[in-house]
Amino acid sequence: MAQPNMCITSHNVNFYYGSFHALKNINMDIAPNTVTALIGPSGCGKSTFLRLFNRMNDLIDGARMTGEILINGQNIYDSHVDVDELRKNVGMVFQKPNPFPKSIFENVAYGLRVNGVKDKKMIERRVEESLKGAALWDEVKDKLKKSAFELSGGQQQRLCIARALAISPSVLLMDEPASALDPISTLKIEELIYELKKSYTIVIVTHNMQQAGRISDKTAFFYLGELIEYDDTKKMFLNPAQQATQNYITGRFG
Amino acid sequence: MYINPMKNGLKKFTEAITEKILLFSSGITTLTVILIVIFLFKEGMGLFSSPDIEEGYVLAVNQENPINQLTPEESMEVFDSKITSWKELGGKEEDILVFRLSDVTNYADETSLGDEFQFLPHVLDSIITVNPGIIAFIPQQYIDSTFTGKILNNGHITAESFFDGKYWYPTASPSPLFGLLPLISGTLWISLFAILIALPFGLAVAIYMAELANQRTRKIIKPIIELLAGIPSVVYGFFGLVVLVPLVQKVFNLPVGESGLVGSIILAIMALPTIITVAEDAIRTTPRSMREASLALGANHWQTIYKVVLPYSMSGITAAAVLGIGRAIGETMAVLMVSGNAAIIPSSLLEPMRTIPATIAAELGEAPVGGIHYKALFLLGCILFILTLIISISVELINTRKKA
Repeated sequence: MAQPNMCITSHNVNFYYGSFHALKNINMDIAPNTVTALIGPSGCGKSTFLRLFNRMNDLIDGARMTGEILINGQNIYDSHVDVDELRKNVGMVFQKPNPFPKSIFENVAYGLRVNGVKDKKMIERRVEESLKGAALWDEVKDKLKKSAFELSGGQQQRLCIARALAISPSVLLMDEPASALDPISTLKIEELIYELKKSYTIVIVTHNMQQAGRISDKTAFFYLGELIEYDDTKKMFLNPAQQATQNYITGRFG
Repeated sequence: MYINPMKNGLKKFTEAITEKILLFSSGITTLTVILIVIFLFKEGMGLFSSPDIEEGYVLAVNQENPINQLTPEESMEVFDSKITSWKELGGKEEDILVFRLSDVTNYADETSLGDEFQFLPHVLDSIITVNPGIIAFIPQQYIDSTFTGKILNNGHITAESFFDGKYWYPTASPSPLFGLLPLISGTLWISLFAILIALPFGLAVAIYMAELANQRTRKIIKPIIELLAGIPSVVYGFFGLVVLVPLVQKVFNLPVGESGLVGSIILAIMALPTIITVAEDAIRTTPRSMREASLALGANHWQTIYKVVLPYSMSGITAAAVLGIGRAIGETMAVLMVSGNAAIIPSSLLEPMRTIPATIAAELGEAPVGGIHYKALFLLGCILFILTLIISISVELINTRKKA
């Protein structure tokens, strides 16, 4: 059952897209202030699992979920949970940088504004803090009014991270955040994740084994909707318990 | 060998023929369009070299009269007895005596005109000579070489009098007036107000269909809206005439119900399908990632719609509005039936108005081919063409800006 010191607990989670059984009986505990990598071949359910934590899958017609997911001790699929409030606490960064067609400043301020923050000073302060938190402040501080589309892909992705940080979540979900970026931008994102771990619980989906090895504390290997193995990253990479994990990590399939 | 030379040759031949046919068709189509435009402008531009008085007629005054020329507006006011003294026109202190050919029997008995009116020129000459204040509107053929009166110079219809003219009296005599202002203002009033009605409704339906309606509701509403686009405009006109005109008359307590307002409402209904379809498509093209980004930041559905989805699809929505205006400006039949067709510059939407297309449709049948009325109608066609061209170009610009 749920352990009190865990940030995220998933208990007997099953997920269906229509009749397709996408996640099979997943049990997983994630400790606070850690980085957990979800790995596995395409279609294995890792992204689906990630999107359960902020109920992003609610948007999909004909999707169904059973079991429970607790974040900070609360079942987020309980009927009286306010989904918008949940999403303020569980931020998300997507695979492709997706800034809004607004200025850099407005992108970061968006989350504050939709949450009813009107105080200008407060917004300015949070925007600066968030951009600093996402290691982007020095690059954009002179052009906050410029369109977010003028930034490079890597900068845009860090802007999206800053945007997520602005509303002070406790959990940060990242769905392959560096897959659309060049190696240097990727490196910057990875360094950033390492920094962010101090204040946030991070769950990251990645296709890049080296990346998972570099940045995560724990790694979960998904295959065909099942959680095959979940352990410390070091152990998973050096001495996995399952043959399938070994095969995937060493690149024999996937 | 795998190649059948016969089959291959035949295939090549039919392909070549098909290619030629396609080329020919597109060539013909392009040429037709260009020729139509050239024809339109050629006929329309003829108006500006036409005399501003009815063809074959002249205005004649007494020799002593210092006036040499009258503008079309002045001669209209003279013959409508709005101007009664030459002094108002800068002449002598003298009452104006209006004379038309049919008045000749008041001055002379029929026998003095001769059996075949052979003495008519002489009679006219003497009438003009004895009446110092006369202005006579008479056919040119009755002016002979012994004429002692003065024939007023006639001007030509100018671009200024057309574009800045406040009166559209195409059949007025002696001088018809072709002023664009009443027609263009009728067109713009009706079209713009139609958009003001249609845009909020259309946008509401588009947002509902794209964002809120479930699959089943959408499947019901969508065909109904498309059906709306398929109803012939005369049917809308009939509906407007029978239902909306009496309603507007009653609600606003008007002497007549045919008014710009009814025209706008009918046009709004007709523009709705265009606006809804284009706006809905635009809203749907908002990338899923934009919505997800907004929702993931704790924005609720409505905040996402008006802070992200609508700004993102704004260029598409603008295109929808402009296309709707285009539909409204060009629409003829329904507006002709319900908007009252008074060619006056309107001061309120509740007055009868007349649009450019309605004018062309209503008057072309009675305008003699090649006459100035006919040319004026063609010029209206050119104006309409330019208006819709501007609209098409702006839609094009909006769309390219969107892609960039």
